[in-house]
Amino acid sequence: MLWQALGLGLGYNATLVTLGAAMLGIAAGATGVFLYLARRALVSDAIGHATLPGVVAGFLVMVAFGGEGRFLPGLMLGAALSAGLGLACVSWLTARTRLHEDAAIGAVLSVFFGAGVVLLTVVQVLETGRQAGLETFLLGATAGMLRAEALSIAAGGAAVLALVVLLRRPMVLVAFDPEHAAGQGINLRAVDLAMMGLALAITVVGLKVVGVVLIVALLIIPPVAARLWSERVGTVVLLAGGIGGLSGYFGAALSATAPDLPTGPLIVLASFALFTFSLLFAPARGVVAAGLRHWRFQRRVHLRQGLLALASGQPVYEPLTLRLMRGRGLVRPDGVATDKGRAWAARARLDERRWHMLRSLPEFEAAAARHDGLSPLSEVLTPDQIAALDHHLGPEGAL
Amino acid sequence: MALELVRDKPIDQSPLAIRGLTVSYGEKPAVFSVDVSFRAGQMTAIVGPNGAGKSTLLKAALGILHPLSGQVTAFGAPLDRVRARIAYVPQRASVDWEFPARVIDVVMMGLYRDLGLLGHIRARHRARAMESLARVGMEGFASRQIGQLSGGQQQRVFLARALVQGADLYLLDEPFAGVDAATERAIIGVLKGLRDDGRTVVAVHHDLATVPAYFDRAFLLNITAIAEGPVAEVMTEANLRAAYGGRLGPAQQAV
Repeated sequence: MLWQALGLGLGYNATLVTLGAAMLGIAAGATGVFLYLARRALVSDAIGHATLPGVVAGFLVMVAFGGEGRFLPGLMLGAALSAGLGLACVSWLTARTRLHEDAAIGAVLSVFFGAGVVLLTVVQVLETGRQAGLETFLLGATAGMLRAEALSIAAGGAAVLALVVLLRRPMVLVAFDPEHAAGQGINLRAVDLAMMGLALAITVVGLKVVGVVLIVALLIIPPVAARLWSERVGTVVLLAGGIGGLSGYFGAALSATAPDLPTGPLIVLASFALFTFSLLFAPARGVVAAGLRHWRFQRRVHLRQGLLALASGQPVYEPLTLRLMRGRGLVRPDGVATDKGRAWAARARLDERRWHMLRSLPEFEAAAARHDGLSPLSEVLTPDQIAALDHHLGPEGAL
Repeated sequence: MALELVRDKPIDQSPLAIRGLTVSYGEKPAVFSVDVSFRAGQMTAIVGPNGAGKSTLLKAALGILHPLSGQVTAFGAPLDRVRARIAYVPQRASVDWEFPARVIDVVMMGLYRDLGLLGHIRARHRARAMESLARVGMEGFASRQIGQLSGGQQQRVFLARALVQGADLYLLDEPFAGVDAATERAIIGVLKGLRDDGRTVVAVHHDLATVPAYFDRAFLLNITAIAEGPVAEVMTEANLRAAYGGRLGPAQQAV
């Protein structure tokens, strides 16, 4: 049944729901990158929790007017209004009081969520018949979702994604260097508001699928996982969208096979699995790559020490060093240097002398801070910087 | 009232004209009632002791900080109409250098204004960015992650991001702070090249000893404006004492 679900073979409705969740995941991942880079990710947690009173209030209002209490657009409107109010409270507390943003987030998140839970309890007592299912907004549930609901979630996700594409440049400028952005005439408040508005939209669109408590995970985990793979903001956005989309897809498909399990946690666990994979296997920043780098680094250190010993005519004792140098044809099996070995040794010695000079000159303090004694200086300094260095070394420096 | 009188004067065509500018953090003015017009086609150093409001003046002039009072015009027009002609190089410390971007990406950010929201990055944009990098001697570092750069190299990248704009007025906040000597020479070379091209350069500068060698004019500031003019006329003992008071160290007095 799981394979059927993953292959979209569980019927038209389940397929729509799965695709809708995937679209939501893509939009959430892409949006989350900008929140993460601007260090505003936790604000989305306040937004998520602050939707709850709005959802219940929306339900009450619709019932009071004799409508269907579970009408999703009505609940979403209520959620957006109360989340907007929560967001305004966070901004006001941060700007006008001495509270830092983290404290403001904590205060708003807990008060709004508390109010929401109280309202929810009241509704459950009052409307024993019709409240059924309102608590599923806490953790999300896709079982029994209507076709129109699934479609509107997909459409909402696509709309947010389009806005992210449209606003990516100002958001990148502000996240990287707000002062420069302001100097370019960008209105920082407007960009911040847009960013928060996108997070709010994701939260409201994802209400039914992920729920109010865990939506923050879909905005944070995919960007953090994607960041492990790339050093370019555009690539990070694409990857985060992909990771978010896969999480939504797998989570919703799993949930279709086990309707008793809440969908939100399944989606979060799926994204966590992708994060774990990234953490282990990402090429530059992954744990495996780091281990490999350490192994290579150790060999480079040994080789360098061996070459420097060769250059100053000292014997090499360490077995690993000798093995490495023999393997590269730098010394003969009896430990005597080959021509190639002598050439390499001379180069290592020049580099070492340059490093030495670099560390003794105050004007190269910044570069010296990056001294590892191994990197060729041409990777660390510009050609004119090296020329300045060689000037200090004197005529023999060019040898 | 005095401010209104100033406003009636004919419009100042200076690349950057500041009138009656006061900026305050809380209730302590960081910059008080400063009037200054920077001369076109010249290099001017903004000089003054720590806490004199040098950076604050620049930021307020650009609208990054909101002044309590005062007006700023650039090239005789309100600032927002001529933003494209102004390039700003903030202090290096204002930025998260762990940001996922390569050197070339940061330089391209100087073009985002031109590109608009959806404009395509074309070969000529890349060529402009590479050319700016070459002018600061960093063309070999284009695809390096910015976190791997030394302080001086980061400063060069910031300068390249400003150069790519092709602006007429360059405002720099402590461009020589914490950079190596080779970078300082490279930066001053680029700035003098801009000046010789007819552009205007205004830089916050903290090293009194290098002002005469690097700059044409100086603006002495210590919360209020002390003096503005050619370096030799401004950096007099009386003016320096007025700006620095007893804080002028022996080394700096030697100037």
